Amino acid sequence: MARFILRRLLLLLVTLFVTSMIVFALTQLLPGDVARLILGREAGEQALINLRAELGLNDPIPVQYIKWLSGFIVGDWGVAFGPGRPEILPLVAERLGNSLRLAFFALALSIPLGILLGLAAGLKPGGIIDGIVSIFSLSVVGLPEFVTGLVLINIFAIQLDILPASASTTEANLIEWIRRLLLPAITATLVLLGYIARMTRAGVIDEMRKPYVRMATLKGLPRRTIIFKHVLRNALLPTITIIAISFGWLIGGIVIIESVFSYNGIGRLIIDAVGRKDIPLLQAVVMVVVVFYALASLVADLLYAALNPRIRLE
Amino acid sequence: MTPLSFFNRLARLTITSGKQFAHDPLTLVGTLIVALFIFLAIFGPAIAPYDFAERAGPPRQAPTWAYPFGTDNLGRDVFSRVIWGTREIMGLSGLGTGISVAIGLCVGLVIGYFGGLLDEIISRAFDSLLGIPALVLALVLLGTLGPSNFSIIAVIVIIYVPIITRVIRSATLNVRDSGYIEAAKLRGESILYILFREILPSVLPALAVEAALRFSYAIFLTASLGFLGLGVQPPSPDWGRMIGESRNFMRLLPWMMAFPAAAIALLVIGINLFADGLRKILRYEGQDV
Repeated sequence: MARFILRRLLLLLVTLFVTSMIVFALTQLLPGDVARLILGREAGEQALINLRAELGLNDPIPVQYIKWLSGFIVGDWGVAFGPGRPEILPLVAERLGNSLRLAFFALALSIPLGILLGLAAGLKPGGIIDGIVSIFSLSVVGLPEFVTGLVLINIFAIQLDILPASASTTEANLIEWIRRLLLPAITATLVLLGYIARMTRAGVIDEMRKPYVRMATLKGLPRRTIIFKHVLRNALLPTITIIAISFGWLIGGIVIIESVFSYNGIGRLIIDAVGRKDIPLLQAVVMVVVVFYALASLVADLLYAALNPRIRLE
Repeated sequence: MTPLSFFNRLARLTITSGKQFAHDPLTLVGTLIVALFIFLAIFGPAIAPYDFAERAGPPRQAPTWAYPFGTDNLGRDVFSRVIWGTREIMGLSGLGTGISVAIGLCVGLVIGYFGGLLDEIISRAFDSLLGIPALVLALVLLGTLGPSNFSIIAVIVIIYVPIITRVIRSATLNVRDSGYIEAAKLRGESILYILFREILPSVLPALAVEAALRFSYAIFLTASLGFLGLGVQPPSPDWGRMIGESRNFMRLLPWMMAFPAAAIALLVIGINLFADGLRKILRYEGQDV
């Protein structure tokens, strides 16, 4: 197992390294003169030259890349170009915290619910719950999250007026916090639930057909023991991968959801940074997202390997 | 395989799959939906009663016979805009997916067949590209390229080529060491012959299903970018942008959002049903041939 983890970590580092080059290259290509973006249209020629030198914009690109990457690794992320030129690290940390809270809230809703629904559907294929699950997954396939989000706002915030339409909050009050996050979290949950339930359902159906289940039944084990101690354990293997992938999806999907609900998370920060051509901010945010994305898939692989010893031998 | 027998087989495949498509109701529905939207994309401008940017009648009109989907806040006919939008979204997503499939197929076949250093380099580079969530990559790319139809297609291509390459590469690896490939090599066939005549038919099912799924994701992506205001630029009718613009009128003019949203849902569900059918049929054919 130790060797497997080591190899996987090494691969992760290589991938992250190449990705960092891609991110740097892409953001370097953003059109516009950085110095002029910061100083504005009326800036004098001398001021522009000074600022370029100060920012290291005259260095060759590879030197700039190495400076940027080493700065990123040691936590020296510099300042954003935007109004007030805020420090990037605390800004990103705050927004990331907001996004993670939303993501975990959504996962906390969708994982247990999805597994439960998938289990119920898989134990009785063709039953009522199975029908609900399949209609649900199909409708989720067709509806982009910005549509479900807007429909939820329309119902709960505008027509019924029981939940706020905007999720941005500085409230420390837990109840208010949950109220504000509920609609965006449900929007994400609606998408995730379909995937998780479908995966669990397929896993349960597969496992129930296996001989060991019949054996356990014939041995006289109670059905509850068979399902929860044996079937579910094996059936959840693919579900775990899907959950980790969902986490990756969530990081991307959250861009849309945060924009629908005006929630100050990392997704809106990316949109702002792209809009303002704020290169240092954009580089930092995208790298943070990439690192999280990579860690999610690493955790998925490790969990999968821990639960399924066959993988490790590959 | 001679060209003649290849075409024979293709013809047989088309006929049998046509029959199977007709027998599976869900697949049939999916195919009909996709066909309807292709029809609208081609002939839409002739069918739509009004131009997409034209003031067609009184603003904020609820759906009536004259304006089946109502009019928006500027008095434009939502029905016409949805129809015009079909061409926009199908064209951009279709072209983007088509180019990605062509490039991904060639790269996947080559690196899957030859392997070695080239495979290692390209696979690593593509894995790293896939390490950036699709929408985030799309935002950065659009920031770089600026919003235009060309950028949207470029974004789709850059995001999908790695994914399709990966699928084709692994399908190629599955057959690379088969006897019939060995035989072709011994006969002294050219590399192109081996890649496109021997390997291509066996990766075709994977390619077809992947292409259909990618197409539906591309529609989502285009619509999402439109919603964020970064995709198709106004006054062009983009479903995502129409939904984005309807936010401020949600309470009073719900039809402004409902119909473009329904169009997206119908099209994407149609493509998915079609792809599911394709998967069933091709897997069956794969075992039979």
